[in-house]
Amino acid sequence: MFQRVLRDSDVIAGALLAALGVFILREAWKWEYAGFDGPGPGFFPMWYGVAITALSLWLAVGRVLRLRTEESGAVDWPGVGRALGTWAAFGASVALMQPLGFVLSFALLTFFLVTVMFHQPVKTALLTAVGLSGGFYLLFPLLLNVPLPTGLLGF
Amino acid sequence: METLAGLGYGFGIALQPMNLLWCFTGCVLGTLVGIMPGLGPAATIAMLMPVTFSMDPTGGIIMLAGIYYGAKYGGSTTSILLNIPGEASSVVSCLDGYQMARQGRAGAALGIAAIASFVAGTVGVVLLSLVAPPIARFALSFSSPEYFALMALGLALVVLFAGQSPLKAGLAMLVGLWFTSIGIDLFSAQERFTFGQTSLLNGIDFMIVAIGVFAVAEVLGSLQSRQHTQMLAVPRGLRNLLPSWAELKACRFAFVNGSITGFLIGVLPGAGASISSFIAYAFEKLFSRHPERFGHGAPEGLAAPEAANNADTSGALVPMLTLGLPGGGTTAILLSALVLWGLKPGPMLMQDSPNVFWGLVASMYIGNVMLLLLNLPLVPLFAQALRVPSYILFPAILGISVVGVFGVAQSLFHVGLLAGFGLLGYVMARLGFPGAPLILGFVLGDGMERALRQSLQMSGGELGILVSRPIAAGLLACAMLVLMMPLIGRFNRWRIKGIAENG
Repeated sequence: MFQRVLRDSDVIAGALLAALGVFILREAWKWEYAGFDGPGPGFFPMWYGVAITALSLWLAVGRVLRLRTEESGAVDWPGVGRALGTWAAFGASVALMQPLGFVLSFALLTFFLVTVMFHQPVKTALLTAVGLSGGFYLLFPLLLNVPLPTGLLGF
Repeated sequence: METLAGLGYGFGIALQPMNLLWCFTGCVLGTLVGIMPGLGPAATIAMLMPVTFSMDPTGGIIMLAGIYYGAKYGGSTTSILLNIPGEASSVVSCLDGYQMARQGRAGAALGIAAIASFVAGTVGVVLLSLVAPPIARFALSFSSPEYFALMALGLALVVLFAGQSPLKAGLAMLVGLWFTSIGIDLFSAQERFTFGQTSLLNGIDFMIVAIGVFAVAEVLGSLQSRQHTQMLAVPRGLRNLLPSWAELKACRFAFVNGSITGFLIGVLPGAGASISSFIAYAFEKLFSRHPERFGHGAPEGLAAPEAANNADTSGALVPMLTLGLPGGGTTAILLSALVLWGLKPGPMLMQDSPNVFWGLVASMYIGNVMLLLLNLPLVPLFAQALRVPSYILFPAILGISVVGVFGVAQSLFHVGLLAGFGLLGYVMARLGFPGAPLILGFVLGDGMERALRQSLQMSGGELGILVSRPIAAGLLACAMLVLMMPLIGRFNRWRIKGIAENG
């Protein structure tokens, strides 16, 4: 039972949100709640901080009480892995935009997604990566005058 | 009379060649977005907003609104041909639309969906033209306490209607309020929640949150649940897309029911097109002489929800344009677009920027005609968009998201934030937390805090000002009632269970 409680998504979400609520309250406590001119910068955060803490505890505790009678839903771990892998690749490409620029880092991201996530042949991945990056470069900076992040190579 | 004069003025603007072009572009993009599962109008509008910054605001809002209501037309195509809703609001259209297609009536089903969308879209715009001016006039008497109460009611309705759990919707909305507090407090110049980052002093741009929570999260969610379905053939030729006279006759009440239900529910913040289409379908089945045909290819079972989800669009624009109160994610993005162009959505919009207000309303009449003409003969062409491989589509969406955010913020730090909000949106969706309340909390939070603090400054810190003014008190009472409804429902279930056990 205890293991199930610790692994339940609502319990984890409730605990994390309660921690966020406590953080908001701790920060809001440092700011003026009300002054001569009316409410201060701490007034509004104090109230929604209280609401977040209370509601998230309600979510977590309510879920723990219901877990006695209800089963937790099954998680599609391979699917979650695909989504998180894509996100990690996206995050890495954003980090690489500083040295490599948008065009190169986006081409790398596309190549990775097409080969690893969509299991397409390397040739298809290369064509897609070059085509999409080139298309973005043509469309945005050249045709629409919308800037793209540039890297050490100047594009 | 005011409406007729306004519409005449609006048509003069909407019929200008450039505005017709923007309307057409929006309708085509909207139809394509509606057809493609995994890409919604909210994400598309958010991604395209930076491109519209250099445009004339009237042309810009005409195009973005075209994407919004155009997507409702396109959403039915995948419901009918693939049994996969292109939009959340097209879920109900799968029930009878796909069955019609399986029975060899795909053309008629697509035709009914287009006609229902046209009828309801037009009825919705007529109702919008009629009700918007009096609501805006009424709202002119609002001051800070009324605005605070109105926003509280809007957020309460969103919490009640968005998603399956009001508790999770409420938490999402509160997190949105927190995000909007990040940056310098304009009343006191106090830094709040900036974590020492100078890049956060001006707060987080709405675009970053919207694109992250809608576009990036949609890509991640679609990659998790990859679906492989065989598309049914699309009949070619206009004759094969027109429903029979008997089918149209069977749908005549469904058109009316869907139009009115969709519009009325659309006006309510948070209710959204999914709810209106479900309710219109339920009404249609309830009052049908042959309810047993529903779910087995009844044309009216397709017409009612399709009409409802289109009329809903005009309904949702009523509070956004007249009160500055968005009812859902897409209208929140449209509202932000108006603000970014330097306009003030709300009761003064009609007076201060009649070209934008009436130009938009008139363009919706034109857009509905365009969409009917586009969707009847060109459906086979649009359906080809479904053949774009997802390994091209998804990286392209991620790329456009980066371009959209970088175009606004010109900083890689904010692109990093986009990745963070994308993950947040994905995790929220997996855990059953709806994204729309977070976006609405973010959009309304700043104005709500300002209205509350101004109200309390007016009263010298006395909370009584919020309940001593009749309109504010009435709106707050409604908000309290709305928030109590889930508790009342739960209490009622306990009571019934108790009676059943004892008796």
